[in-house]
Amino acid sequence: MPNLTLVLFLSTLLIFSSSSSFAFQSDELLLDDEEFGLEGGSHPRSPEPVITDSPPKQTPSIRRRYSDPDLDSKIQFTLEHAFGDSDFSSAGTFSARLKTWSHGGQTLTKLRFARNEFSDEEKDAFKNLLKGDDFYRIRLPSNVVTPPGREYVIASVRARCLPRDGLDEHIAIHMDGANILAVSYGSPGACPYPRQLKLPGKWTFNSHTILKSSEQAPRTPIFTEEILGSSENMEGEAEAPVERSFWAKYWMYLIPLGLIVMNAVTQASNMAEEQPAGSQGQAPAAIQRGSAPRRR
Amino acid sequence: MAIKASLLLLVFLSSTIVSFSLYEDQVGLMDWHQRYIGKVKHAVFHTQKAGRKRVIVSTEENVVASLDLRHGEIFWRHVLGTNDAIDGVEIALGKYVITLSSQGSTLRAWNLPDGQMVWETSLHSAQISKSLLSVPINLKVDKDYPILAFGGGYLHAVSAIDGERVLQPPESSIIYVLGFLHSSEAVVYQIDSKTGEVVAEKSMVFPDGFSGAVSSVSSDKIVVLDSTRSILVTIGFLDGDISFQKTPVSDLVEDSGNAEILSPLLSNMVAVKVNRRTIFVRVGGEGKLEVVDSLSDETAMSVSLPVADDQVAFASAHHEGSKIQLMVKLVDDLETVLLRESIEMDQHRGRVDKVFINNYIKTDMSNGFRALIVMEDHSLLLLQQGAIVWSREEGLASVTDVTTAELPVEKDGVSVAKVEHTLVDWLKGHMLKLKGSLLLASPEDVAAIQEMRMKSSGRSKLTRDHNGFRKLFIALTRAGKLFALHTGDGRIVWSMLLNSPSKSEACERPSGISLYQWQVPHHHAMDENPSVLVVGRCGSDSSAPGVLSFVDVYTGKEISSSDIGHSVVRVMPLPFTDSTEQRLHLIADTEGHVHLYPKTSEALSIFQREFQNVYWYTVEGDDGIIRGHGMKSSCAGETADEYCFTTKELWTVVFPSESEKIISTLTRKPNEVVHTQAKVNTDQDLLYKYVSRNLLFVATVSPKGAGEIGSVTPEESALVVYLIDTITGRILHRLSHQGCQGPVHAVFSENWVVYHYFNLRAHKYEVTVVEIYDQSRAENKNVWKLVLGKHNLTAPISSYSRPEMFTKSQSYFFAQSVKTIAVTSTAKGITSKQLLIGTIGDQILALDKRFVDPRRTLNPSQAEKEEGIIPLTDSLPIIPQSYITHSLKVEGLRGIVTAPAKLESTTHVFAYGVDLFYTRLAPSKTYDSLADDFSYALLLITIVALVAAIYITWVISEKKELSEKWR
Repeated sequence: MPNLTLVLFLSTLLIFSSSSSFAFQSDELLLDDEEFGLEGGSHPRSPEPVITDSPPKQTPSIRRRYSDPDLDSKIQFTLEHAFGDSDFSSAGTFSARLKTWSHGGQTLTKLRFARNEFSDEEKDAFKNLLKGDDFYRIRLPSNVVTPPGREYVIASVRARCLPRDGLDEHIAIHMDGANILAVSYGSPGACPYPRQLKLPGKWTFNSHTILKSSEQAPRTPIFTEEILGSSENMEGEAEAPVERSFWAKYWMYLIPLGLIVMNAVTQASNMAEEQPAGSQGQAPAAIQRGSAPRRR
Repeated sequence: MAIKASLLLLVFLSSTIVSFSLYEDQVGLMDWHQRYIGKVKHAVFHTQKAGRKRVIVSTEENVVASLDLRHGEIFWRHVLGTNDAIDGVEIALGKYVITLSSQGSTLRAWNLPDGQMVWETSLHSAQISKSLLSVPINLKVDKDYPILAFGGGYLHAVSAIDGERVLQPPESSIIYVLGFLHSSEAVVYQIDSKTGEVVAEKSMVFPDGFSGAVSSVSSDKIVVLDSTRSILVTIGFLDGDISFQKTPVSDLVEDSGNAEILSPLLSNMVAVKVNRRTIFVRVGGEGKLEVVDSLSDETAMSVSLPVADDQVAFASAHHEGSKIQLMVKLVDDLETVLLRESIEMDQHRGRVDKVFINNYIKTDMSNGFRALIVMEDHSLLLLQQGAIVWSREEGLASVTDVTTAELPVEKDGVSVAKVEHTLVDWLKGHMLKLKGSLLLASPEDVAAIQEMRMKSSGRSKLTRDHNGFRKLFIALTRAGKLFALHTGDGRIVWSMLLNSPSKSEACERPSGISLYQWQVPHHHAMDENPSVLVVGRCGSDSSAPGVLSFVDVYTGKEISSSDIGHSVVRVMPLPFTDSTEQRLHLIADTEGHVHLYPKTSEALSIFQREFQNVYWYTVEGDDGIIRGHGMKSSCAGETADEYCFTTKELWTVVFPSESEKIISTLTRKPNEVVHTQAKVNTDQDLLYKYVSRNLLFVATVSPKGAGEIGSVTPEESALVVYLIDTITGRILHRLSHQGCQGPVHAVFSENWVVYHYFNLRAHKYEVTVVEIYDQSRAENKNVWKLVLGKHNLTAPISSYSRPEMFTKSQSYFFAQSVKTIAVTSTAKGITSKQLLIGTIGDQILALDKRFVDPRRTLNPSQAEKEEGIIPLTDSLPIIPQSYITHSLKVEGLRGIVTAPAKLESTTHVFAYGVDLFYTRLAPSKTYDSLADDFSYALLLITIVALVAAIYITWVISEKKELSEKWR
């Protein structure tokens, strides 16, 4: 059942200039074709492809906020963060639409993310992380329908990787139906080692989120006929290796032989001043040249 | 049509691909093969007057074999499947070997002289239970001797001649069967052996419950232990009546602990092991027990053996110092010692584990005894007349881990000429070779040449050679013994039992887990001997405390060993060494702490420098969670020392339990060398390999599909493979194969993974290759950028950068099921690679990596063909000549280890299972050295002839010149 759906998806990013510390909770009913660079989001991103496939059956959502007869429900789950070894606290909210397919599969679409502002304590904690080159950790529930699912999915990054102008983060969530397998978290670009201490210019997050699901392996092609044809052709070509000439094959034997013959001929023809035979620069010639001075 | 096609394909491929097959006379030149059987469980002697004396053994590696009693050679053997454990072996009719296997559900008969299978009967079994095999001598039915086999809750009488169920049972006799129900109730059945009906049944409950071993002392009495292991219970079942009689062990010996019943089947006697003492208890007529003898050390005993005059004897063997005391006594009269021998025994064989005795008539017509003993290291020895007649190192049949080690450098004092032959011999040899190469050799000469090649100059010397062909393979066996095997001829250079009895026993029996190269001196500290680290565990539980042992590779002596006081979950060799070239290792325990070894301040300072950059991960296979950890701080608490560190969780990957179950994880070999990061395409394009040491390959399968192949429909099973960065937990590649199933066998090298699995839809095995390429470096193609230094090739790579990579993958069908896959490795990684596939037939197939190249296309262009891309086919070829094991089989193949030689073209391959096999491979032929049989004599003669010719012509020319001048 290669149920491969390619959904063009706008990953969202969101910056709140207001200093509210609670999560953004949108009551807005989202329509399917709506484009949602969020209000207030200053950096709309280019569309990112999200590949989803048919996941296994799930129990109906208990946190369903909007239920529709076509089994399309809206869900929310929170992103939590921790500074170094501190406890996790809420850092933002993901809201998405959970599509339940007729064959039982579920797909998460229309993911949007609302990031909370850092409070002053959190800013201090983050500055400490920057100084110590410590880890900034985030976690997500491993199941979005019944959070936290079996266990939280944790990811972490060296805090010094995040600051640029603001704080840039890239979250790739690996999904399998309503389950979150793993989350990749880090800066959207490079984070070269050794990491330099740099405080962010603005304490606002540029969040890029992307949903990823498993790719289907292509089926192994079966092509008996083509191979039959091509292999015959190949064989015909392979049959005719370039025949090397007699000289190319046996030059190493012919040159010494030639030298000997020439030498003998020189002697036989009784020439008065013989030339050292074979100035071709071969090994026997060298030996002969070496013996030449003794003669004089 | 398909066959024709594949035949054509085969012909085509074999004409284009250079096959690396051997010629017949090259077999055994650089490979060796050793045949083993494993630790012996049962032994039955067959010493009929006619024919050769032999002993039939069955082993824990599920081998049934016939050994020559004189020399210990294998006449024949059969390796049964891994799930086909042998429960009993007997000889029936004097010509058949009967084996009962698979929990008493399969009964087979093998022809005694040649090991051909005569018949096989599958017995019906209902539940799993202990199984017994018995060949009664006195039970005879119409010239047929039935075999009684019990297994799976059923008792079967089977004809020995053809394996049919016996329908005509004996006249009228009653078979008594005593069984236990729920380990607390004894039941006696009287079975009419004519009809198989149960005539009478009686049961009796024993409130304390029984435990394990049963010793049947006579035809109507058995002795068991109760569940507390402190009371011996004698059960009599005369005429179908059951009677219990309890005797506390403490009545027999003082301060008794837990008792254990030793070897059953001693008539009227039971041997009990208490407090490391063995006591012999005679069972009297009314179930009265009395101690008749006791031995102070751990003793192994044989079953009783009838000797002349209706007497019954048994053998016992125990250690006294460095000697083994072997005694044969009469059961009725323990004072009579028929045989007392003490035999000097190698300390590294450990204690005696099992004894089997056999009697024979000496030349002076008295009774002689020979004993087959199994030692703690699983070796098998035959003792006769106070000497070891032969021994077999059967521990090598259960190799669990292998590493390689260099041999010592040749000392100046030892001259090469001593080992080489004299000049005359050398010349003679080369003349013979010359003859051979000029096809002038007579058959005797050919034989001589072959012999000469076999023992060719110092291939078994104990020193390093400049090609790196001579090496040691250090093998750790299940018995906890280390063997050093020489690559030249496969002989055991040294062996060492980790738990030799001479050691003080804080830890009773450590079992070896794994082997690591601890110290490999090469740059500095050259005078140090290299050593290996053996990590062991005091018990089978994973939370049991670990033991470290450091063994000198040159001498085989243990340098030191220590109980480390914490458990061992994972051992991580770090890429740092100290000034004496000792490698730093981290050992993780069950509490999530890691411990640094060696415990020196120098190691600590090296580690502290890299403290921030050390990461590790754990795979929780049952829960389906992979966790990444980073270092946090030093351990707190009173037990902690400064070499203990706490860790913190950095990332998790949680696989949904309802749809995925981890079946295989794999990383790259840490010491693998990659020659070049770049790969040049046909169109002069450059691809950069994504070469990371921190990649983990994980394969998961639907929980339903985790069972046997074919137990699920294609819709129910899916296989998903992942490539995970173990620093950040990023999933770099994720691919799901619908309708596929494990088991997954994979190999990971450089930037590619090849894995093998079963495709349920196509009903075929498949092999998929995944190659990973780096895109962040793809811009570095411009020459000017390289010249001006505007490239990022030398910048350190950080896992925290967002990976820009892409994967290429391709799948092929593969006709065989696979036991293991390995890949060749060479010193610099220049030589092209070959996959070494251990097939189900216990052979090893070498497959060029070029066949599993995702860039293969159906019709490669001319440029691609020149590059060596093979046209895409739907299945991988199996070329018979590329079996590197040629005609041999590595029975019970479990693993393949490759190690580079110093010569770039060559790699060592060592395969282990029940058998051992070693060979040297040159995947791209030996392009950097002359062949072994290169005729130096021919070269020499050619040169000499040329020089002579030149000299002669010179002389002639001189003369001519002179005569010219005189003219």
